[in-house]
Amino acid sequence: MTAHVTGYAPLLGVAVVVVGFALKRNPVLIVVLAGLVSGVAAGLSPGDLLARLGTAFVESRTLLLFALTLPVIGVLERAGLREHARRWIAGFARLTLARLLIGYLALRQVLSMFGLIHIAGHPQTVRPLLAPMSEATASRALGPLDDDARERVRALAAATDNVGVFFGEDVFLAFGAVLLIQRFYDGQGLHLEPTQIAIWALPTAIAAFVIHSARIVVFQARLRRRLAARGAEPSASSAASPPPHEPPGTGA
Amino acid sequence: MLTLSHVFLLLGALFLGAAILNLRERRWATAGFWAIVAVPLVAGDPILAAAKAGTRWPAQAMGAGVIALAVLATLGGRGGRRAPGAAAIAAANAAAIDAAAIDAAREASASRLRGWLFVPALAIPAIMIAVLRGAPYLTLRGAPLIDPAQVPLIALGLAATLALILALVVTRSQPIHGLTEGRRLLDSIGWAAVLPMLLATLGTVFTATGVGDAIAHLVGAVIPTDSRIACLVAYGLGMVVFTAIMGNAFAAFPVMTAGIGLPLLVHGHGANPAALGSLGMLTGYCGTLLTPMAANFNVVPVLLLELRDEYSVIRMQWPTAIALIATNLIVMSMVLF
Repeated sequence: MTAHVTGYAPLLGVAVVVVGFALKRNPVLIVVLAGLVSGVAAGLSPGDLLARLGTAFVESRTLLLFALTLPVIGVLERAGLREHARRWIAGFARLTLARLLIGYLALRQVLSMFGLIHIAGHPQTVRPLLAPMSEATASRALGPLDDDARERVRALAAATDNVGVFFGEDVFLAFGAVLLIQRFYDGQGLHLEPTQIAIWALPTAIAAFVIHSARIVVFQARLRRRLAARGAEPSASSAASPPPHEPPGTGA
Repeated sequence: MLTLSHVFLLLGALFLGAAILNLRERRWATAGFWAIVAVPLVAGDPILAAAKAGTRWPAQAMGAGVIALAVLATLGGRGGRRAPGAAAIAAANAAAIDAAAIDAAREASASRLRGWLFVPALAIPAIMIAVLRGAPYLTLRGAPLIDPAQVPLIALGLAATLALILALVVTRSQPIHGLTEGRRLLDSIGWAAVLPMLLATLGTVFTATGVGDAIAHLVGAVIPTDSRIACLVAYGLGMVVFTAIMGNAFAAFPVMTAGIGLPLLVHGHGANPAALGSLGMLTGYCGTLLTPMAANFNVVPVLLLELRDEYSVIRMQWPTAIALIATNLIVMSMVLF
């Protein structure tokens, strides 16, 4: 397979991605189509293109490993893990949404600095633990959440997990990205030590923590103001109704 | 010796199980989807071995499978929504009554088991750390029990299996519930589960067809190369944009660094390559925060948390991403030269 096929024709694949998203088509369809278009534009034969698609698909199968924890989480959820997480966290009287999320951010960054990337994540920690805990602390301190507020609190919990894992990675231990950078430079005839590369992730790690923490604090302040404004309206009677920890949806 | 192949087989069994359960409920598209996804896990090693030996039809069949995935995903890989008939409405009402009963049972179970519910969940990280630390000492007659090249991922597989057994014991569930509950979560994630794999596949196709070189050429042709700040901004923003398109900074890094970083910044303006690589990659990560293409980070949580707006998570992330991009560019302009 020649690595450098001529010209700009294969860029049509990038165009497919951009246009496909603008038209809101299914991402799986867009990505497969983009690969086919690029391959055809570069003059690959159908046989070559299919073989290349198939081999590359098999070679990237480690990306499915996140699904390994789904059965455990599912079994625990069926037995009430989310409900218990919500009640348990509500027992910490001085815990606020901001403290909970900033604490989680710090923990996630430190763990992933030491290479422990897969021990938390959306299926294994955010859905069963962090999201229900965030809702429970927010509603205890600020009053019952409406649908919109609940959605935003959950989304912030997910965003916090992402920021934590992205910008903790690779500071101390040479893991995925650092090794990729080192291998790339090696191939270009530049020889660097992994630790030399890794240490430069520290400024970004600190900046990410400071920026995202500040945003969490601002989010909480805004949420408090919004819920307070709603509580001041005539319909305040419903806001005072007792059950603050209603279960979110049916999990279907 | 325990290798990554064993972990793949285990995971393949989960996907095949999900396919069979969907098949029994006549959800053909979803069943077909998970069956195809199981193939690289169950038969991946023979496919790669055959391709290496020059037999290409298994890889080509897998390629056809990838195209089939795209078709099945558009047919409603998330359980398929049809117009509700009278029977469907009746079924939905029955399901709502069921759901209320299940909710009550969950609450009761939560009150009974309390802190025990956290034990299997926390066992996952605990077992992973134990395996990571202990792997060098786990030997049988001098041979390692765990493939030393793949310890972290094998540790994840071991931790997930042991934690599942623990969870079944603690909650007194039937073993089949591991499969039915895993399938429930898989179905709720749907096509987003395979998007990262398909993007990685697209990345290798782009590399092979010279897309990266074409982009690097284009960018190199439009920026004033004698200004180091212009080169730096082009490199940083190039990482962000290309990462957003590919959904993955790992795909953007070689393209942008070979096209702009090395020739213009390192060789042209004497930039420190270690700092450039690290900060450049992390600037790319900011692009990951911005794009629905990074499905495992930005789309999977939307589905898992049952959010209504598919861009909810990205909306929460973009201000952090923009501030970090600016910070990284400023840091790079101070430390690189």
